[in-house]
Amino acid sequence: MKAFVTRVGQKTTEAIAELGYVFMLFIESIAWLFLGVYRKQPVRIRHVFHETVKIGVNAVPIAIILCFSVGMMLAIQGLETLKPYGAQSQVITGIALSVTREFSALIVAILVAGRSGSAITARLGTMQESQEIDALRVIGIHPVRYLAVPIMVALLITLPSLTIIGDLIGMLGGAAYTSYELNITIGTYMQRSFDVLDVFDVMQGVLKSVVFAIIIMLVAVSNGFQVHGGAEGVGKATTRSVVLSISFVVIADMIFTYFLAR
Amino acid sequence: MSASQQQDVLDIEVNNLVTHYGDRLVLNDINFSVKKGEIMVIMGGSGSGKSTLLRYFLGLNTPTSGNIRLLGKDITSMNAEEMHDMRKNMGVSFQGGALFGSMTVAENIQLPLCEHTKLDESTMRIMTGMKLEVVNLAGFEDLMPSQLSGGMIKRAALARAIIMDPKLLFFDEPSAGLDPVVSAELDELILRLRDAMNMTIVVVTHELDSAFKIADRITVLDRGEILMCGTVDEVRNSKIERIHNLLNRKPRTDTVNVDEYLKRLTGQDV
Repeated sequence: MKAFVTRVGQKTTEAIAELGYVFMLFIESIAWLFLGVYRKQPVRIRHVFHETVKIGVNAVPIAIILCFSVGMMLAIQGLETLKPYGAQSQVITGIALSVTREFSALIVAILVAGRSGSAITARLGTMQESQEIDALRVIGIHPVRYLAVPIMVALLITLPSLTIIGDLIGMLGGAAYTSYELNITIGTYMQRSFDVLDVFDVMQGVLKSVVFAIIIMLVAVSNGFQVHGGAEGVGKATTRSVVLSISFVVIADMIFTYFLAR
Repeated sequence: MSASQQQDVLDIEVNNLVTHYGDRLVLNDINFSVKKGEIMVIMGGSGSGKSTLLRYFLGLNTPTSGNIRLLGKDITSMNAEEMHDMRKNMGVSFQGGALFGSMTVAENIQLPLCEHTKLDESTMRIMTGMKLEVVNLAGFEDLMPSQLSGGMIKRAALARAIIMDPKLLFFDEPSAGLDPVVSAELDELILRLRDAMNMTIVVVTHELDSAFKIADRITVLDRGEILMCGTVDEVRNSKIERIHNLLNRKPRTDTVNVDEYLKRLTGQDV
């Protein structure tokens, strides 16, 4: 019993310490982003572009495939569910709203967390283990400024952009199936979709993607910086990073939806 | 400044340094100093705390108590900006080289210049070339660290460490994992650097041959405490048993305290 209570106590302390670490990482990242110039250590735009290409541009093809599939899946389910009520045409509204408000941002965030979140943790963890991060510090380069901030900015640019691309592609996926089933052209389908959509619907998804970007960055970077225990430690941290960031993204999505969609 | 005056300037001073890792005492009451232009070797077995001590010199960890003065300034009480300036005077070569895997050799070496100076690219390229010549790596600018051998990585790391012409150079295990010839070449290089650039150099090593060859003075650490600090001959002729064991590769022959041994095993008082 004593051992159990000790363990719970230790885990709680560790969790609070990690929360504090992540919070400090967030504050430091924001501070370096805006104040780095005044401390003669600006965030290099070259690094931001580099990360943007790696995290965002290279993820476009897979994001397109996933969002298209989700749109089509929603169309199949929607049409089958609404068929008994003869309300198949309502599927267009359903897909437009659910893709823009929900699915595009969520699918893109899960994709980026799995694809780039893990890569970021592995990269930073390996650097930590081979003393490269120490080397940065002794050269006088703050690791948060040099490594974390470009990743944060890149995620803040790419996740909303990918979400907007995902919105269009998701609706296109819905259109591909629905136009065939309901005998309407893709053009008509898209026109009806745009008619029912409000700016606020798209903004809901974009706003969520901004929060998801911060979550993915904080989880991936903090896990990478805190790696210890050699190659095995890097592996563990990478797995943890992916599981945590996807979990937090889904939980955050649920909380956001509760406040935004009602 | 005359030669004798220069000898008396202390570039590194450590006073009553005590450090912990969690609850465990790692370094206990360390006092030591390095004169300008001197090569100080910190020697000791594995786990003696020598690499830990180096981390404190580099300002990577904060000590429990005591202070460390580099070039006359206490780094334990410095703010971030002062430490940033201090780092321009420090060069470090890590045990595994710690070259950035995503950059070429030249980019690695130029990094401190890019961050601390506003030199144009061609000047930086020339300076990089010069340092690569110093470490005998000319022509390897465009290779990635993964394409280099162990000795070349150490030399490239040294080139990065000296690119800013630092006043203080720290070297963690220069000979570890290298064959005797490459290791001897690296020793020569360290001696040449001191003579040519009058750097103050601290080398952490457990390689005896290397230590005796390059050191002006040697500090022997054992279990977080300084056993002795003296010239090469003083260390060689030391009568202290633990130094004698270290020099003659003798295993430790500590007597076992039976009560403590049983307590460690059972976790109970006996």
